[in-house]
Amino acid sequence: MKILVTVKRVPDPNAAIKVKPDGSGIVTENLKYVVNPFDEIGIEEALRLKGKGGEAEVVLVSVGGKASSEQLRTGLAMGADRAILVLAEQELDSLAVARIFEKIARDEKADLVLMGKQAIDDDANQTGQMLAALLGWPQATFASKAEGLDSENEKKGIPGVVISDGKGAQVAREVDGGLETIQLPLPAVVTVDLRLNTPRYASLPGIMKARKKEMKEIPVDSLGVDVTPKAKVLKLAPPPARQAGRKVGSVQELVQVLHTEAKVI
Amino acid sequence: MGNVLVFAEHQHHKFPKSTQVAIAAGKEAARIVGGDCYAVILGKGIDALANELAEYGVKKVFSVDDAAFEHYLAGTYAAAVTQLVKEKGVEIIVAAATAAGKDLLPRAAALLGAGMASEVVTFNADGTFERPMYAGNAVATVKLEGSPKVVTVRATAMDPATKGGGKAEIEKVSISLDAAAQAVKFVSFSETKSNRPVLTEARIIVSGGRALKSAENFKTVLEPLVDVLGAAMGASRAAVDAGFVPNDLQIGQTGKVVAPDLYIAVGISGAIQHVAGMKDSKTIVAINKDEEAPIFQVADYGLVADLFKAVPELKEELEKLKH
Repeated sequence: MKILVTVKRVPDPNAAIKVKPDGSGIVTENLKYVVNPFDEIGIEEALRLKGKGGEAEVVLVSVGGKASSEQLRTGLAMGADRAILVLAEQELDSLAVARIFEKIARDEKADLVLMGKQAIDDDANQTGQMLAALLGWPQATFASKAEGLDSENEKKGIPGVVISDGKGAQVAREVDGGLETIQLPLPAVVTVDLRLNTPRYASLPGIMKARKKEMKEIPVDSLGVDVTPKAKVLKLAPPPARQAGRKVGSVQELVQVLHTEAKVI
Repeated sequence: MGNVLVFAEHQHHKFPKSTQVAIAAGKEAARIVGGDCYAVILGKGIDALANELAEYGVKKVFSVDDAAFEHYLAGTYAAAVTQLVKEKGVEIIVAAATAAGKDLLPRAAALLGAGMASEVVTFNADGTFERPMYAGNAVATVKLEGSPKVVTVRATAMDPATKGGGKAEIEKVSISLDAAAQAVKFVSFSETKSNRPVLTEARIIVSGGRALKSAENFKTVLEPLVDVLGAAMGASRAAVDAGFVPNDLQIGQTGKVVAPDLYIAVGISGAIQHVAGMKDSKTIVAINKDEEAPIFQVADYGLVADLFKAVPELKEELEKLKH
């Protein structure tokens, strides 16, 4: 089985993001970049499905500038087998990225594509579903661990996505009002939510090994894929600021202001 | 042609508020592009719902009533929406940014080769859309090129559509599905049982964070306060990850986005990711023993106190107020 996992380079989720005064983007000076946290969960799930016996090959793919190789290296250090970096410096929308992944998934003859449910920079939550549509494959978005993250299965490192005979997958999905379980044939696209697993850290030997693992760079132009964006960000603005409030001295005072001032109770 | 198609999601035989917001957004979009607003409903045995949908001031309701659509599944629903868009001359497809809307619309967009904007909060008169990015730290103005265009709308973005102004025509539509679209099988749904209001529809929300320390404390400390207010209960990601409460209570960038009249954050530090999901609430109260906690920067009223003392006391004071 071959598992393709997508990896996006995004600003550190703990960093304070500021919009540039001219609205052309965010301030990137001194900004630290990491693997999109959802993609880390995708990598972890792939490594668990690969298992100790190595029943699967785990291939990472990223689209972006040269710097994205850092994030791919992180994934290789976690234990992925090899990586592909599609070099593209231009602005791309989700559909363009999905088209690039479609080409890679077909060329690689992937059986399963694991992706973060959303990237924490653009918060679009689109690419996985778009990729599934373009490939004509079924999708399972928002994959979760049915037993929960404090379960025995999680402690033992058992995957949440259940693959049977290499032909089908059973996925528990986080939906409104509960957890839905669906069965889908492979090949398929699965996007992962926060509570599918707790990703491992890269070990020192893992980091050493990662240096020798294959990282293939492919210029986006050589793929023959239409990457003209349909969705264009014209400008960014800071969000409307919330008026600073005040501290109250006691529970009694809180109840009083909520009743007489805010009039919400 | 410039018409708008709204995906009218239903849950438990009714339309959630998010669907009414999607209809309002669809009408707004239709007004901007100078077209009509249609709505589509899919399911099995949905005549009553289709009739209800027809009262929300849309031009026409398309009803896809077939056993193949009994359960929401991305493959079948996307095939249906795509067929309708092609047959009916639709320029903009709108759905609420719910779990189903987020799952469905990108798939439909790719099948149509369309650009998409997620979690739209404003429809601008020039046809552009505004949407949050970077956990709400930036608001992007997005232009979608070509036709059709696909948008999900944030359920807190505008007032829900109301009934009145006559009844629209209902057109039954049959959808041709290929085997690939039907490859996925629904297995089961494990519902989070609750007698409380739905988070995204509640007037008051009480949310708990990691400082509550256990699932037991959510029950014994927080829930009595929730219930005296007739509120919905929410949680921070930290509390959900720790297994204190079910995942669908998570409020934030990657969970639910809410905007109630009153939001009470208990023992929540106020990470940007959480604030992204509640900062549009009308009145925000924060109870936290750490006076430096970032949650106080967005709170209208802050109480620096040990929650294990303050919450039971608050519950008692509120009970007094009721009597």
